[in-house]
Amino acid sequence: MDIMPKWADVVLVPLISLIIAALLSALLILAIGESPVAALKLMIEGTLLRSSGWGYMLYYTTNFIFTGLAVSVAFHAALFNIGGEGQAMMGGLGVALVCLFIPWPHWSFAIIGASLGAAVFGMIWAGLPAYLQAKRGSHIVITTIMFNFIAAGVLNFFLVGALKPKGSMDPATANFPASTHLPTFEDMASLMGFEKMFRAAPANVSFFLALVACVLVWFLIWRTPLGYEIRAMGKSEPAARYAGIGSVKIIMVAMMISGALSGMMAINTTQGESERLILNFTEGAGFIGIAVALMGRSHPLGVLLAALLFGFLYQGGAELALWTKIPRELIVVIQALVILFTGALSLMVRGPLERLFLSLRQRG
Amino acid sequence: MDFLTLLQVLDSSLRLATPLLLACLAGLFSERAGIFDIGLEGKMLAAAFLSAAIAATTGSVWLGLLAGIGASLLLSAIHGLASITLRGDQIISGVAINFLAAGLTVVISQDWFGQGGRTPPLLSGGRFEPLSLPGAVPAKEISQAGPFMQLYSELFSGHSLLVYGALLMVPLTWFVLYKTRFGLRLRAVGENPAAVDTAGISVVGLRYAAVGICGVLCGIAGAYMATALQAGFVKDMSAGRGFIALAALIFAKWRPWYALGACLLFGFFFAVDNRFQNILLPAWAMSGVLLALGCSLFAYVRNKTLLDRIVLGGLGLGLAIVATLITLSNLNAGLGSMIKIPVVFIQSLPYVLTVVVLAGFVGKAIPPRSGGVAYVKEK
Repeated sequence: MDIMPKWADVVLVPLISLIIAALLSALLILAIGESPVAALKLMIEGTLLRSSGWGYMLYYTTNFIFTGLAVSVAFHAALFNIGGEGQAMMGGLGVALVCLFIPWPHWSFAIIGASLGAAVFGMIWAGLPAYLQAKRGSHIVITTIMFNFIAAGVLNFFLVGALKPKGSMDPATANFPASTHLPTFEDMASLMGFEKMFRAAPANVSFFLALVACVLVWFLIWRTPLGYEIRAMGKSEPAARYAGIGSVKIIMVAMMISGALSGMMAINTTQGESERLILNFTEGAGFIGIAVALMGRSHPLGVLLAALLFGFLYQGGAELALWTKIPRELIVVIQALVILFTGALSLMVRGPLERLFLSLRQRG
Repeated sequence: MDFLTLLQVLDSSLRLATPLLLACLAGLFSERAGIFDIGLEGKMLAAAFLSAAIAATTGSVWLGLLAGIGASLLLSAIHGLASITLRGDQIISGVAINFLAAGLTVVISQDWFGQGGRTPPLLSGGRFEPLSLPGAVPAKEISQAGPFMQLYSELFSGHSLLVYGALLMVPLTWFVLYKTRFGLRLRAVGENPAAVDTAGISVVGLRYAAVGICGVLCGIAGAYMATALQAGFVKDMSAGRGFIALAALIFAKWRPWYALGACLLFGFFFAVDNRFQNILLPAWAMSGVLLALGCSLFAYVRNKTLLDRIVLGGLGLGLAIVATLITLSNLNAGLGSMIKIPVVFIQSLPYVLTVVVLAGFVGKAIPPRSGGVAYVKEK
């Protein structure tokens, strides 16, 4: 029997970790000589009280849902995919090739094509480390880190070389044709008669794609035989093997799904926002997926909530950098603290909680 | 390329290899004791920042070095607490430490110096200056000197104290690991902690000691970057060196002398990348090498499983296609024409080589057996 009730494990542990991270960040803000309360107010005003703030927040959230889901799927198979960043870069390459070289009649077709392109490229980039883990026993953490750097090299190679339009100095592709441009929240709102909503915000229709991905991942992990096999592998590899589940197949499949999800992040940033492929478009979102997955306990609903939280932090952090002397990197510190307390130091939070519940039960 | 140019490239290889070497040996101590450390990068960055900050404010590079080591040790303590005492995930802890360093260094330096995340440039006294070995000719007269004198003056002389220190660390590490009781126990604790525990030796103590040594070495590596290689701290200045050190560690199969070789090789890649913007190779050689690689992959997977054939065969096919493309695009100019090797290719080489070594195609890299696993004492 578990010591703690399930709700405490799922809700209380991440929440307390978050509160500790928030308190430490507040101390840091105090040390800089700013007021944490004023900072929080500014973040809320700039994010939640303006529709364009929401538009930015949901744009970041879309990225984090994809990368968070990607890390989660791998976590379920007890694999640590730290290569979301590289897979997303390759996904961007896939999106760019699909958008630039196929004449799409309408964005609704283009987004399907771009999704396929992003997913396939991400899949290949995760499949190689998966293969090396499954067949050659190379540690997947190290290989995915190396593949992040190699992906950055590949992206750089194409953006200063073959994909750069002639005469341009920017390391970027040409602009995608107008028929591939995705409707933003602003377009959608004005279509429904709400003018002046989500003004100039980058959130776009791929947010809904991310929501669909959440549902699909939930269905895959908890409602299909494959999901069962992935979870069985994650719980105990010998037991899974004894039950006739091939570890090679599960490692390959789980990692390729993970890579496909990471890659699809690029639809939002590349097709949705910049409308061309640029360097560094991932902006570390692949790594934030780790924090999101840990915080969301690898459950799609948890990932969605954690992605919203990080979306809020990113947009709020940009507001802080604009109006106070708190630099944007504060968000990186918060992200580190969340990873630290929900991931590595979880026993520090869980231990006292378990003792508390134990004593409660003994008394009752 | 004349002899002096070669010497200059080797000289800069040595300088660029030094932070890699220190971080690599740091990781070696930690991982040999069974604690994986993805956080080398973060520790170097934190040390680089604090050493530059203290050296800039006090004007003393030695105080800076101490402060850098302190910053790195603090992060090591977090890693130790998470992965030894609280038995948390070592990889996740390392990732968190990298982000913590990346964020905190900028937040603090922006507040401290207000220069967009950098420290003020270090003046002399705040830096480790190059040491001139006795008898070395100064840089101005070096082109007139004989080859041996050039070798001595350019390659061996004129490095900062930390470079020589890092080189000395290699035999020292070898000695500690293989010739002392502490080293034997350290290696044992990474292979089979239960056996060490049964012998009545503290697993926790040994692992903390290893993580501590790792902190000190990473601290020196970071301080070297900010106070010797460059004059001050710049945001994200470690630029993935911690990960390259990790790659070198695997490349070296967790052995000190091999680590020196791996770090010098990777340092050489950096130096070549810095010095030569264009590396030219005849088109036939380039497509030939790629074609040969592709074909050998095909030959290798002929009798393997379907998965091997798809993945490695696909890789081989990709290489063959690239080779064909190179050949076709150079047909007009003739196959003897020189084409430029992309800069990113040289930059990506350390990572590619590490993956190849990890894959076990060129000698198998086997990590310490209990690496990454927290030890739970039997009750």
